[in-house]
Amino acid sequence: MSRKDLTGSAAGRDPNAPLLDVRDIKTHFRTERGTVRAVDGVSFTLQRGRTLGVVGESGSGKSVLSKSIMGLLPRRNVLREGQVLYEGLDVSVLDENQMRNIWGAEMSMVFQDPMTSLNPVMKIGKQIKESLYLHLNMSKDDAHDTAVALLSSVNIPEPEQRLEEYPHQLSGGMRQRVVIAIALACGPKLLFADEPTTALDVTVQAQILNLLQQQQHERHMAMILVTHDLGVVAGRTDDIAVMYAGRVVETAPTATLFTAMRHPYTEALMASIPKLTDPSHTRLEAIGGRPPDLINPPAGCKFAPRCKYAQDRCLQEDPPLMDAGEPGHSFRCFYPVGTDAGAQALANNAAAGRSASGVPVTLAASGSH
Amino acid sequence: MAGSGTEHLRPAGETLLRAENLTVEFPVGRTGLKVHAVSDISIDVREGETLGLVGESGCGKSTTGRAMMQLPRPNAGSVLFNGVDLTTLSPKELREVRPQMQMIFQDPISSLNPRRRVADIVGEPLKIWKRAEGAEVDRIVNETLENVGIDPAAAGGRRPHQFSGGQCQRICIARSLVLNPKLIICDEPVSALDVSVQAQILNLLQDMKRAYNLTLVFIAHDLAVVKNVSDRVAVMYLGKMCEVAPPDDLYAQPAHPYTAALLGSIPVPDPSIQLAEESTLAGEIPSPVAPPSGCRFRTRCPRATDMCAQVEPKMRKIGLGHYVACHFPLDAPVKISPSAAH
Repeated sequence: MSRKDLTGSAAGRDPNAPLLDVRDIKTHFRTERGTVRAVDGVSFTLQRGRTLGVVGESGSGKSVLSKSIMGLLPRRNVLREGQVLYEGLDVSVLDENQMRNIWGAEMSMVFQDPMTSLNPVMKIGKQIKESLYLHLNMSKDDAHDTAVALLSSVNIPEPEQRLEEYPHQLSGGMRQRVVIAIALACGPKLLFADEPTTALDVTVQAQILNLLQQQQHERHMAMILVTHDLGVVAGRTDDIAVMYAGRVVETAPTATLFTAMRHPYTEALMASIPKLTDPSHTRLEAIGGRPPDLINPPAGCKFAPRCKYAQDRCLQEDPPLMDAGEPGHSFRCFYPVGTDAGAQALANNAAAGRSASGVPVTLAASGSH
Repeated sequence: MAGSGTEHLRPAGETLLRAENLTVEFPVGRTGLKVHAVSDISIDVREGETLGLVGESGCGKSTTGRAMMQLPRPNAGSVLFNGVDLTTLSPKELREVRPQMQMIFQDPISSLNPRRRVADIVGEPLKIWKRAEGAEVDRIVNETLENVGIDPAAAGGRRPHQFSGGQCQRICIARSLVLNPKLIICDEPVSALDVSVQAQILNLLQDMKRAYNLTLVFIAHDLAVVKNVSDRVAVMYLGKMCEVAPPDDLYAQPAHPYTAALLGSIPVPDPSIQLAEESTLAGEIPSPVAPPSGCRFRTRCPRATDMCAQVEPKMRKIGLGHYVACHFPLDAPVKISPSAAH
């Protein structure tokens, strides 16, 4: 592969460094109402070929996080802090021209809505070949052959004909396959998939998730799968980071997160999902209230106002990221689920009938964990 | 599955709402072609029951709900509400029935007028139908808002944009309740909401159903949500009815290959469950302009034969309250859904 000169590809790159090392990044937006702290200090590392699931509700900062890492946000009125080390090179300081050598070639992205992420007035073939010409200096014939191969690799029937078609001639699922083909065109080492299946039906969603997984294995590509659906990440990720109010509140290997969660928000999120395995009319354990305003977030723990474990300390002191004693598992909570401190906090709240933040707590609720 | 037939209907006297052989078609421009949105389906709802209508986009579930409301009137078929055939009523007579049937929509923010105050939005049906005047309107509005978990003193004077999606959905529910309707058709009421808020709204609907003696038609694409709220579930595909069953049976023993595939495609929030790749369905939903002959699911069905292309399957009984429209239904316990695996 003859790549055009990659700015900084020689300098600063360390093949032994983790593929992606994100250090305390913050992304704040200046608005008329005040500064929105959309991402407020997130750190993680991602090794080659691994999959990280980023889970959170709307407004938790999960999409801003991936855009911020890729440098896709506008410069105006956006405050970015922290480091994004890609193979040891800090890409957060690169300008748009320098990033252009990284976008598509090294890291690429699949967005939620396949209708709007394709150019409606450009043939599909041209949209795929664009990056092949730019990054790989391919000849016309090579680009054509590669584009056909790419479309068949994402299971699009009659790829030769599709190259001559426009996005509106394809269904939503087929469009998302085209978007994936474009994202994979130059063999990136890191793929961001931001709610890649939210706009699709369940049977098509399963097809697309299988496709992403298969392509990832074949190409030994790392993936960051951003979603609001815990079901989507459960079977398809190595690690999961749960986000709330711009922070990672818990991160753990996937199996651990589901079996030995520590953060009350993770627990509450799981309990609020209707499950197919539960009998019909099972009462759901809803989380009261709603996520905090990111302009004036509450002092102390951001989840405390909705937390049934909350004590006075949670309202004043912001819990740091703590180690759960197992590799890769950490959380932000003083009274974690499944520990004596957590059980004691819940028992105290149940005795008082409410948590320190005023969430009603009954004895029945305290028995759940 | 593309099933028609009425075997799954219960005696007319026992049901509050009974749609029979419902057909809805939309013209495609001036081409003379038609979108066969809903084709000859039948379904009924008992008083106090929650019927779940589930299927992928384009299966006709919303069109069915709207046809029940006569919005617009179906091209063929009848809709009996309380024994009266709504399709034969004059517009004036139909209007008299409307207060008993209400609807809640998917996007709560766009279904509220952004320029009006919450108290006016919720109180308007009372004024239109002259059910109350002056202070009495305020009393009913306040009581209803309180029932749905909105503080009337703080919220009544505010406008929809000052509320979150979940709160707006509560306001929509309050608006549908003020006239004490018999039936509420909920069209994807929680799919625009976050999971933590979704649970609040689902619980609220259950509570309101009890408090107001409601009958619900609950339309959604999320099978887990539908299972949670429904007493009876109807699975639809491309304008046809596939399978009708009580929720626990349907999820434990899906008889229609499409139901099984749908259940197998759902991502389960449990990493210990192995994903069965063979259970995912190939291909995509065909165009409703030219639907396949015979069984409409045959183009994607692993069990399809020549017979499926020629003969449309009819609804038939395979268990207590369990009906399927398929020539080759799956035998009892199939290991395909997570609930069957457990």
